[in-house]
Amino acid sequence: MITLQTPISEEEIRALHTGDIVRLSGTIVTARDAAHKLMIENFIRTDTIGYPELYEKLKPLLKGGVIYHCGPVVAQNEDGSYRFVAAGPTTSIREEPYEAEVIEHFGVRAIIGKGGMGPKTLAACEAFGAVYLHAVGGAASLIASAVEEVQDVFMKDELGVPEAFWVIRVKDWELVVTMDSHGSSLHQQVKEQSEARFKELVGLV
Amino acid sequence: MQDLTDAFVELFRRAATDLPPDVENALRQAYEREEPGSPAQSVLGNILENVNLARKQSTPICQDTGTPIFYVYYPAGWSTIKLREQIEEAARRATAKSYLRPNAVDSLTGKNSGDNTGEDFPVIHFVEWENDYLQVDLALKGGGSENCGVQYKLPFNELHAGRDLEGVRRVALDAVEKAQGLGCAPGILGIAIGGDRGTGYEVSKRQFFRNIGQRSETPELADLEERIYEEANMLGIGPMGFGGKTTVLDVQIDRAHRLPASYFVTVSYMCWACRRHRMIVRGDEITYQ
Repeated sequence: MITLQTPISEEEIRALHTGDIVRLSGTIVTARDAAHKLMIENFIRTDTIGYPELYEKLKPLLKGGVIYHCGPVVAQNEDGSYRFVAAGPTTSIREEPYEAEVIEHFGVRAIIGKGGMGPKTLAACEAFGAVYLHAVGGAASLIASAVEEVQDVFMKDELGVPEAFWVIRVKDWELVVTMDSHGSSLHQQVKEQSEARFKELVGLV
Repeated sequence: MQDLTDAFVELFRRAATDLPPDVENALRQAYEREEPGSPAQSVLGNILENVNLARKQSTPICQDTGTPIFYVYYPAGWSTIKLREQIEEAARRATAKSYLRPNAVDSLTGKNSGDNTGEDFPVIHFVEWENDYLQVDLALKGGGSENCGVQYKLPFNELHAGRDLEGVRRVALDAVEKAQGLGCAPGILGIAIGGDRGTGYEVSKRQFFRNIGQRSETPELADLEERIYEEANMLGIGPMGFGGKTTVLDVQIDRAHRLPASYFVTVSYMCWACRRHRMIVRGDEITYQ
């Protein structure tokens, strides 16, 4: 079993190929639709940085870091700290317009989600040394149990719980590489093969 | 009439956290079938572990606790108005207890009601029957799988699908191919042949209350179920779309009368987390299955 610990080096990423199963440990950051839009508008496609404090906090976390497409169910403990109750992946393709630029700008090494992403993200993975890691859709309780600690949260009041940036520490989280840094996408391969088999089965070839 | 609100809360809890044994067995068999060490087997291993954990901790199997779909079979004399009120109140309490994620969004304002109630939410079908007891079937159907549902109007020339069972087979396989892993495969197909557009979806989803492996009583449909099941699994889409031998866990088909002019085939997709539960009320005695 291949293990990854954040921050992740380019060398480690380049050694990965689609179909590899990895175990991830370390600090990662959740970000979904609103968070991606915020990063693009305030940090990337702009001359003046909006939310400069947030920007400075995110930079070291995302350098060699990991973004998780997730809108968690979070409970607050009596001491005011948080814990993840259910934390399965959300569908990643919605971030396709943004992700390539986020990877390039921050030096992100891995994106976690479900369903895979498109050609722009795949090209960014190849150009900048990143991978897409697929989590098991629906495995919400199991994934929540891999979250050892909620370390911080940014923009919770502004974006709401599911859309906020949650900084979490995970341990031994099992994931599958479905898009690698060599231009290979398991989603694309399976799509092409299954389409060909479908055509055979219904006599369209 | 007795107040069943607490019993409905318990039904929600069980449905959200306790996967039915026939579904779990089908997943376990799929795990045994896949190549050791493959991504497909890794996914199924994670799923089985998650199912155990959710049951043990009484936490949701999936964070998307879906649309609650009820079938309430009641003897004459029960008030469906009161039953609806009790189900809605139970949805509020089950949400407050985190058995359900707030999942009902106003389609006009985009506002989440926060308690899983709203216009036509939860979905409740009332059916009066001859039995002397009340039976309530509940399924929770998540959004990822619901987005994979599709309705075909036959003839469907693109696939040379005519108005016969061969045409049904063609479009059903097309639906599986189009869905890839996005419905959280390995899923279950519910198929309705005929009906109008509305009953087509209703009948297709009603199939999800059948046990895995329970074949149609109509021999032609039973054969078709078997054939589509085998062929869908030849597509090689696999768990989560990672490739593999298990793309669907089962295929279940029923039919409804149609107009001479229409021939709809409606395919609904249920994710691997096929969360359904049954409650039976006989006098004061309440049992769950």
